Amino acid sequence: MATFLGINLFGLFGQLLVGLINGSFYALLSLGLAIIFGLLKIINFAQGAIYMLGAFGAYLGLQYLGIGYWAALIVVPLVVGLLGILMERFLIRPIANEDHLYSLLLTFGVALVLQGLFTHMFGSSGLSYAIPDALKGGTKLPFMYLPSYRAWIIIASLTVCFATWWMIEKTKLGAYLRAGTENAALMQAFGINVPLMVTLTFGFGVALAGFAGVMAAPVYSVSPDMGSSILIVVFAIVVIGGMGSIGGAIITGLGMGIVEGLTKYFYPEASNTVIFLVMVIVLLIKPAGLFGKEA
Amino acid sequence: MKISKLYIGLLGVALVAPFVMYPVLLMKILCFALFACAFNLLLGFVGLLSFGHAVFLGTGGYVTGYLMMNTGLTPELGILGGTVAAALLGAIYGKLSVKREGIYFAMVTLALAQLMFFVFLQAPFTGGEDGMQGIPRGYLFGLIDLSDNLNMYYFVLAVFLFGFWLINRTVHSPFGQVLKAIRENEPRATSLGYNVNDYKWVAFIISAALSGLAGSTKTLVFQLASLTDVHWHMSGEVVLMTLLGGMGTIFGPLVGAAAVVGLQNFLSGGELGNYVHIIMGLIFIVCVLAFRGGIVGEIQKIVKRNFG
Repeated sequence: MATFLGINLFGLFGQLLVGLINGSFYALLSLGLAIIFGLLKIINFAQGAIYMLGAFGAYLGLQYLGIGYWAALIVVPLVVGLLGILMERFLIRPIANEDHLYSLLLTFGVALVLQGLFTHMFGSSGLSYAIPDALKGGTKLPFMYLPSYRAWIIIASLTVCFATWWMIEKTKLGAYLRAGTENAALMQAFGINVPLMVTLTFGFGVALAGFAGVMAAPVYSVSPDMGSSILIVVFAIVVIGGMGSIGGAIITGLGMGIVEGLTKYFYPEASNTVIFLVMVIVLLIKPAGLFGKEA
Repeated sequence: MKISKLYIGLLGVALVAPFVMYPVLLMKILCFALFACAFNLLLGFVGLLSFGHAVFLGTGGYVTGYLMMNTGLTPELGILGGTVAAALLGAIYGKLSVKREGIYFAMVTLALAQLMFFVFLQAPFTGGEDGMQGIPRGYLFGLIDLSDNLNMYYFVLAVFLFGFWLINRTVHSPFGQVLKAIRENEPRATSLGYNVNDYKWVAFIISAALSGLAGSTKTLVFQLASLTDVHWHMSGEVVLMTLLGGMGTIFGPLVGAAAVVGLQNFLSGGELGNYVHIIMGLIFIVCVLAFRGGIVGEIQKIVKRNFG
């Protein structure tokens, strides 16, 4: 067994890999939250339920419609994004001018309904979804065994995160989006269709969660409460990173995944709580969050 | 004059209620009503939406349960212990969470509550997934046997009235006026020289302590302390009770708690039991879209419009 300074490298790298994978999901989910928050100033409590919906979408698509993994990776986010658009248009927009706490409660209600529906239909035990054939097996590296699907998760989600970052920070569409974040009324005066932009942004943020759900289906068991537990962790990550920047959301998500993985190796008892403890420390030292802009 | 008649009438109803209805259900309603009133002190009167209030309910419950099972304290001291524990936790959590406001406050409180959820899940004294069972109710002041449901009911009623009175006192005190000023216009309250975060912090501690009192009492009623009480579902339930009853009103949380507990009781008996969460979610959506004043708030509006 390979050891270095008394540390079992197989175990350490294994946990680091798990951490990176969890971090990929954290990054995708907090990125979606950050994009929605930027323009709508609301936190989508249903983001976890949407992630669960994505995983169930992949499962049901395969079971009943013969939609394979690769097709699901495209179709499910589109369908879920469309649901998000309907949700924004018919539920969130009517109360857009009220206190933002109301929209938070509204999305919480949506999350309860979705989770309740799936618990009712599929029970609370998890379902399993097979890894696609092309990604079965793995590679043996000097210090660890790297399953192909896990490598794929990291590559695919980093690509999506980076593409989103690039789109928002470097393209004209992204410039509109950032301008809308600063001052939506002024954008409207310049002739940009802000309500449409808000709706599409919400749809996109939600679609990211759906995408994360499809990616998660083969590695985690597909169950109705898979979304709520991850969402609370993602909230803590959002508080740690602050909502100030898109890049910050991605980096904090990945970083916290790695911190969690390391904790699992060195002190497993605290692995569930370490991210919350980091949040406490950040609140004490830099209350606005690591990348936060507001005072 | 009109209001005090209302109070006396309600008190009369509360005194005879256990002879008409099942006392345990009434006690459950009273415990949750106290919990919702304590929560409403923050949401309705300071404008802070805590999404982790279950942690104070649960902490009160676990500590009281532990004391009752292991130390042989009398129930009033056991409840006091649970309340103090919740207040201490509230002091720490409040200090941390009032640093952020609005949506961040909700996320911070939710995450902090989840932290304690895992602590209670793993701590040796809580019994993990099983919880603590068979907690004795004991003898009040060493004299009155609380295992009798009627005695227990009047004790719970007294606890509730004390909490309700304390919240009422707080809201109508000069301190409460400052809280309302913070809710209405925080920058102005700051510019008038009030240390806003300290006011929020004290309100948070009072709210946490009374939530702990509710949890401690509930533990004695059901002789049970479990993870359900610290789960985020419970935090959501108390939000729902307050929203449905009418946030920022004195009687709203009481009405909301009675409605939600009554509904759960009704649903769990029939074949609709599986739909509890779906129905609760739908109530959330309907309340937010069409019914933001809650039951009491909407009634007040009608009264004002027609008789005001």
